Formats: sequence, structure tokens, C-alpha cells
Amino acid sequence: MSEQLTTVDGRPLKAALASAERSKRIRAVLLVMPLFIFIFFSFLYPIALMLYRSVENPLIAQHMPETVAVLEDWDGNEVPGEEAFAALAKDLVVARESREIGKVATRLNFETPGLRSVITGSARSAGKWEPPYKEKFIDRRKEWGELATWATIKRLSPTITSVNYLAAVDRQYSVDGEIQMIGEDYQIYVDLFLRTLWMSVVVTVSCLILGFPIAYMLASLPLRHSNLLMILVLLPFWTSLLVRTTSWIVLLQTQGVLNDIMVWTGIIDDAQRIQLIFNAQGTVIAMTQILLPFMVLPLYSVMKTIPPSYLRAAESLGAHRFLAFWRIYVPNTLPGVGAGCLLVFILAIGYYITPALVGGQDGQMISNMIAFHMQKSLNWGLAAALGGILLVGVIILYWLYNKLVGIDRLKLG
Amino acid sequence: MINKLKLTTFAAAGVIAFGAMAAAPANADSLTVVSWGGAYTKSQVEAYHKPFTKKTGTEILSENYSGGLAEIKAQVEAGSVKWDVVDVELSDAVRGCDEGLLEPIDASILPPAPDGTPASKDFIDGAITDCAVASIVWSTIYSYDKSKFSGDKPSTIADFFDLKKFPGKRGMRKTPKANLEMALAADGVPTSEIYDVLATDAGVDRAFKKLDSIKDSVVWWEAGAQPPQLLADGEVAMTTAYNGRIFNAIATENKPFDIVWDAQVFDTDLFVVVKGAPNKKAAMDFIAFATDTQRLADQAAWISYGPARKSSAPLIGKHAEAGIEMGPHMPTAPENFKTAIQNDFEFWADRQDELNNRFNSWLAN
Repeated sequence: MSEQLTTVDGRPLKAALASAERSKRIRAVLLVMPLFIFIFFSFLYPIALMLYRSVENPLIAQHMPETVAVLEDWDGNEVPGEEAFAALAKDLVVARESREIGKVATRLNFETPGLRSVITGSARSAGKWEPPYKEKFIDRRKEWGELATWATIKRLSPTITSVNYLAAVDRQYSVDGEIQMIGEDYQIYVDLFLRTLWMSVVVTVSCLILGFPIAYMLASLPLRHSNLLMILVLLPFWTSLLVRTTSWIVLLQTQGVLNDIMVWTGIIDDAQRIQLIFNAQGTVIAMTQILLPFMVLPLYSVMKTIPPSYLRAAESLGAHRFLAFWRIYVPNTLPGVGAGCLLVFILAIGYYITPALVGGQDGQMISNMIAFHMQKSLNWGLAAALGGILLVGVIILYWLYNKLVGIDRLKLG
Repeated sequence: MINKLKLTTFAAAGVIAFGAMAAAPANADSLTVVSWGGAYTKSQVEAYHKPFTKKTGTEILSENYSGGLAEIKAQVEAGSVKWDVVDVELSDAVRGCDEGLLEPIDASILPPAPDGTPASKDFIDGAITDCAVASIVWSTIYSYDKSKFSGDKPSTIADFFDLKKFPGKRGMRKTPKANLEMALAADGVPTSEIYDVLATDAGVDRAFKKLDSIKDSVVWWEAGAQPPQLLADGEVAMTTAYNGRIFNAIATENKPFDIVWDAQVFDTDLFVVVKGAPNKKAAMDFIAFATDTQRLADQAAWISYGPARKSSAPLIGKHAEAGIEMGPHMPTAPENFKTAIQNDFEFWADRQDELNNRFNSWLAN
């Protein structure tokens, strides 16, 4: 048996090395800690909270406890009996006194339009009623005699619910609890998700087509020229998003610069000015310009590292210039292409301000709908569900990219 | 890398410091009043804010927003309320009150009319609710550029939907509210029966069908300042708008616009106090002060929205800058009011989520 290796002061070498490593590791962890805490509180925690909000549903269970308890045994085949109405009356009176009735009514109204006034109206009257209640409720609002009303309350009784996710894909529960599509006139989200994907693909491809030659030129020109051109790429990159978006409005609107020039030169008649903005086309144009630097920069940094000697070698071995470019140069740029496309696509899919300003009626994206539910309809649960679906979509794309290209080949510079 | 890390840390510290600053309670001698911006806020600053500051010494910070309860809800739920008084639409006042986002207002703080009529009788119907006090009656009307039509001028709501007789783009607010009502009125539904028809599925279909007939020619707007701009730029030939904004463009900027009052959809704007407002006492004082007879009449000298008190009407004079007699330009002037539709907040509170969905789906396809 060989003797154990020791350091000068007699400690086993293994332990000494481990302790040196450990103190280094602790230092590293401490250095990363502020960033980690920052990311946790500003990124991971809010996302978890958002995902939780998309499924949580405490209002009904909290503010209509008696009704929920009675409905537990309800089979859903006929309008429940006096017991349920008595519980309802009790709940409504209490909720009205604690000023929580509006929240309950709003929540139910998201599910079944019209229930808001049924709840608030009945709650106003219920305090004055004596039992039996059933007749009085149905007299006050005929909705209390309908199965759908009770089915909605029962469905929203659990504190965790999937209704937001169903609504986010244009589906709902029918009265007998089956999942079904909502009416054709009211469907919107599935189409919007598909359109968002499609527009993001178009923007990404446009950026690649426009960005590749620019990056190639930047990478192959002598430094003093390419630096100047680089400024031209970076200047818009540093300019405010709002300024660039509104500039596009100035340029493309029907009374805008481009239309004016076309009328002035006689290409089109004054009466036939072309609608270039406030539609899907306008969104694609403006977003392509805004996201272009995110394609050019990774491409450029990858192209910069491809030695020109590769191409020369290929040509000296007899390849035609184009063949050499296609077979040798382009494959070497793939990490940059992948990075640029992934970056542009993921940014595009969640884009909000530009479609909101120039999207008009058919250039809106899913993020605009999320904003609508955050700001206007106040249906935060649905907004969170839409956001959750978007998040899962991006994660799947990332996973796909990793499978197909490999994330370790991603190069941002 | 180190540099980037430093930068991020600095940025984070900056954000936190800024947040802390913004969250600090405002000066006790100040009051944050939030309204819709533009000519409307100006009228409030002139008629309410300046005299209030002069009388009480309380500084008023004026902020703008574009309606809705989202920001109020966010502030209340996060427990850091920065706004005191907010100017809201009726449907939001009712819903906000129901959802516990607003402070109840004790109507007894409102001063009586000069002749002694109690406030509850002096205000128009529905102007005082549990959590809100109305200041103005405003209206969604449509307006056109006179210079764009040489022969016949549009005069009825049906003309707005008639692209053959009056060609050109139309501006409309990007919401089903008021648009559905106008569409039905243009389709021949008497203005008194609009909401009965709209309450049925067939009625909603009918309204959307009417909107369909001009859909391809519509430019959608969202902020109240947009429609006069769209008209002035020639982007649209006619547009729905808030009557005060159009009046302002005519009176102070000499624009060749005209207002068509047929089937105007009128509504009230109300003052509310956000639940847990930092200066609740001053906020209540401000509302009592701003909605007295004289102040409401003063505001009408700056913008053509009708005062919510009956006793203010005789006191309405001329426009403060343009010197135009204001009376005939009010939504409530008898000449303008014949076919007026009162916005039914109960209907919209019940159906807005459903109809918004349908409207958005309709827009996208």
C-alpha cells in the first residue's frame, strides 16, 4: 500500500484540495447570490405567481360557502330545492354587507354573461325576504330557474379551476359538464395564437433575408468601413422603440410620405392611396425593422470568426465561388443564424407596443389581447392563462431548437 | 461580464430606489386628481383645480389615464394607492363600487343649489351613486369635415353608415360600446328601443351586420384626442368622437368640422375616490367643492360638456377663450337631445365581456 500523499503541514492532500475548492465555491456562490436573488424576485417569482393566478379561483368558495356546501350533493339534473335557495340568500346578504358581492358577480359573469346583474340585483332584494326563498328568487330573476346558472356556480366552486385555460382556447363547459367550443362568432384566441405564430415566422424570415447580406458585408469589409456601417445598424437599435414605430406611421399612413411620393410621381392616383399601415402588413414591416439588429448582431459576430482562408481553400481546390459560399461559408454561420432566428422569433411572439400602435384591426397579436384583459376587462385569470400558454409555447420552441440545432451551438457573440 | 453584472446591480438598485420614491406617500398638502387629458383635463384645471388650490392651499397634481379600472385595481390590490380622485365613466363607477375598489361617498357633503334645492334633487337622475358624484354629461356623436362634402351634408346616423351617399373613411372607437347602439339606430331601430333589441341575440347579430357594411372603411381610434386629429389629417371623412373634443377643435382651432347629434349616446363622467386614498379627506372636500353649482357651470365655459346639476344650466355663459355662446353646443340642449340614447350601464356591466369578445373576434376576421 502506498503512503497517503500529504501537504507540507501534514494534512492529507485530498482534504486540503477539497477545502481550497470549497472556499472558492462559496465565494463564487456569494458573488452570484445578488444576481440570483434579483432574478428570483423580479423574474421567477412573478412568473410563478402569474401561473398560479391562471388557475386559482377562491372567490366563490370564500364568499358563497353555504351555497357551495349545499351544491356539493347536487346532481345537476334539475333546479335545486329550497335548501339551496336558503343558503344562497344567506350568502348573498353576507357578501353584500362585506362589499364582496361585486367580485363574486364579476367572476360569475366572466363565465355566463348576464349573471352579474342577477347576483347584485338578487342580493339587494334578498335581505328583505322571508323564507321560502325559491319562488321569490325565480320571480326576481328567471335565471335562478335555469340549470345553467346553478351549473356555473357549482363549476366555479373548487378553488382551483381550469376554466381560464379552456377560455383561452375558445372552449367552455356545457351545462352537463362537457367541454365544447364556444359559438363561432365569439371564437378568437386559437386564431390569434396561430396568427401570432405566423406573423412571428414572417418577421423572422424577413429579418434573416434582410440581415444576412448586411452582416456578411459588415464582416467582410475592412474595419474602418465596417465600423461606420455598424453605427448605422446600432443607431436604430439605440433609438426608442416608440420613436421608430411612430416614424413608420408617418412614412406609411395613407396621407404619409410614401403615399405622397407615389401620388406625386403619378404611380397611383390620389383617390387610390394604399393602406400600408394599421393592418397586419404594417405590423410585419415595423417589427422587421425594429428586430433587425437582433438578427444582424449575432450573425455578424459569428461571421467575424470564420477565417477567410476557408473560402480561399475551397476555391483553390476547384469549387465555384457560389458553391464554396454555399457549402463552406453558410454552414459555418449556422450557429449565428440559429441564435438570430431564435432571438427574433421569441421577441416577436410576445411583441406588444408595435402591434398595438400600427396593428389596426387584423395586425393585433396575442399580447395585445393579454393587455386588454389586464387593463380593460380586468379578467386577470384569463390574461394569466393566455400568458401561460405563450410561455409554454416558447419553452417548447426552445426545446425543439435544442433538439434540432443544439443549444450549445448558440452564439450571441 | 463583471461590468455587466455591476450595471445590472446598479440598474436594480435604481429601480428599487425609484419604486420606493414613487411609493412614498404624497405631501399631505397635495392631492392627486386623475382624468382623461387634453382639452378635458384643461377645463377641469381651470374650473376646479385652480380655485380649489386658491381656497384651501392644497396643491393638485393632475395625472392622465385612458379610462378603465385596471390601474385603480392594481393600486388597491398592491396596497400602494397613489391616486386620490379619479374621473371615471358610469359603468366603471358602478363596477368599481361593487368590487370594493372605491370609497363610499356620503352624499350629504354635497352643497345644495343656490336657491336651497338639496343636492339629491339638483343633480340629474343617476348622477349620485354610492361611490361617485357626476360632474358632466358627455356624449359620443359623429362629426365630419365640411370641406370634404360639397353637396349634401350628412345629417342623420344612417348617413354615417351610408358609404354610397357619403364616400370616405370612417373613424370609430375600438370598442363595441356606443358603436352597437349607433349601428342599430342607423338600421332603423327607434332610439328608445335600442337596448331592448340589443338584449336579444338577433339584435346583436343585426348590429354587427350593420357594422359589417362599413367595416373595411373604418379606422379605429382609442384615445379621445385621436378623432379630431384623424379628421384634421384627412385620414377619415367622418368619425365618432366625444362631443367636447370636436367642439374644442372647432372653437379654438377653427377647424371646419360639424357635429351630427342624431342618435348621440350620452353618459356621465363621475368623480370617485380610490379605496385607501392617501388624502381621503382632501379628496372628499375636492369633490364637494368641484361639483357645486358655480364650478360645474364654470367648467362648461371651457368645454362643451353639460353640467350634471340642473341649477348650473342657467349660469352657462360663453366660451372662455373663443367667446362662443356655449348653451346650444351642450349634449343636453333641446335641439340636440331629441334622438339621444342614454348609455345603459347595467346592460354594459352585464354584457361587456361577452360583447367585447365578439367584437374582437369580429375585428380580427
